[in-house]
Amino acid sequence: MRQKACGWSIAVPVAGDYVAEMSDTTIGTGRWSDLANPTRFMALADRLVPWMAGLSAVILAVGLWASFNAPADYQQGLTVRIMYIHVPFAWLAMLCYTLMAASALGTLVWRHPLADVALKSAAPIGASFTFLALVTGSIWGKPMWGTWWVWDARLTSVFVLFLMYLGLIALTRALGDPQKSARAVAVLTLVGFINIPIIKFSVDWWNTLHQGESIFRLDGPTIAPSMLWPLAAMALGFTLLFFALHMMAMRTEILRRRVTTMRRLAARRADGR
Amino acid sequence: MLALYIRDVRIGIRAGGGALVGVLFFLAVVAVVPFGVGPDLTLLARIGPAILWIGALLASLLGLERLFQADREDGSLDLLMLAAERHPSVLTVFVKCLAHWTTNVLPLVVASPLLGLFMNMEAAAIGATTLTLLVGTPAIAFIGAVGAAVAVALPRGGLLVSILILPLTVPVLIFGVSASYGAVNDPQPFLPPFLILVALTLFFAVIGPLGAALALKHATD
Repeated sequence: MRQKACGWSIAVPVAGDYVAEMSDTTIGTGRWSDLANPTRFMALADRLVPWMAGLSAVILAVGLWASFNAPADYQQGLTVRIMYIHVPFAWLAMLCYTLMAASALGTLVWRHPLADVALKSAAPIGASFTFLALVTGSIWGKPMWGTWWVWDARLTSVFVLFLMYLGLIALTRALGDPQKSARAVAVLTLVGFINIPIIKFSVDWWNTLHQGESIFRLDGPTIAPSMLWPLAAMALGFTLLFFALHMMAMRTEILRRRVTTMRRLAARRADGR
Repeated sequence: MLALYIRDVRIGIRAGGGALVGVLFFLAVVAVVPFGVGPDLTLLARIGPAILWIGALLASLLGLERLFQADREDGSLDLLMLAAERHPSVLTVFVKCLAHWTTNVLPLVVASPLLGLFMNMEAAAIGATTLTLLVGTPAIAFIGAVGAAVAVALPRGGLLVSILILPLTVPVLIFGVSASYGAVNDPQPFLPPFLILVALTLFFAVIGPLGAALALKHATD
């Protein structure tokens, strides 16, 4: 157990309190605890990232080609093509927060050492996708609704989600020490996750203008299949891109922490002399 | 628990007049609005409930960062958390939130009818706004406790706490304001948003202390 948990400081056998802290945290069985070893995770990520990035590039290219050949909407004309990037961005904005909430649970309940890394590195990516969803929505809104921004229910709740992402990033940055910040950020992420449905509901109560749900419905999608397939391809492509980016960000974060640990050790050794 | 409540209330009233500063801030925010939108009395009457709610929301964020920080500095927070077997830390946090609300937020609610007069609001609107503030502001205190708890280790976390908390208080603001309007404007209902506001307060009374206690436990060990 102890050996497995020493992954952070694999280059240095004795890593002081940092390892002691990490070694208590490897609880759980099966594949997730295998991944708790950062070295093993790094190896997996090294293998997966090129595949995911390549696949995402191919699917995105196909999706782009398909969405330019998809029929124009009878009302909205060519501007409907913004949908093929706007909708995946909005989905990913929500997916990313869900992933962060799951990681927060991982940090607080199972104390999975990588959950904290996953949470921290997902936040900026999620914020970027949310921002892109807002921007593309705004560009779509200008010709359709005649204005860049309306205080409509969905826009507003996505905007609130964006603010929550920024708040989480700000908190991570402000706290600095990864051990301390991990739990605080996890608590806040979970509280935010519980709040999202409430915010959604309250904002719906407050105002609504956006079109209703048209894909995930009990009576089947109301969107034409010729538009649905390019959209699905784009969504899949961007999801793969998201996971590739996320793995890369996690890898960077792990390396950053190793560097910090090694620097600290070097400094301690220099003091000892 | 009662002793903790009384202690916190006494500290809140005594220490540098934190409660009074909140009321003054509320007064200043509301007084600035007419300068911004113009002295049109009908317009002020129309936006009055919203202004009072926003002012109260901002003013109740003021003292939040001190909710746990003062106790952390003198070490009593550690003692409170250590006593978790005798008094569950969730309950401790809950009581601290109530004390914070009594000292910092209740004065705002008391002051709001007077400010309602400044805003040229009708008697019914003033009554409804005061009532919704009375019912809704505890929710802000409870949800604020989470923000105060996660930022407890930061020396100047006040602004950060506000940034973290404001998005989460959107539902409270929406239902508080819409209930206030519901009492005056005829087609809009009063009771449904008011009841939802009550539900939000009860909900956050559970979620807030739970989250805050969890964050404090990790911050102190």
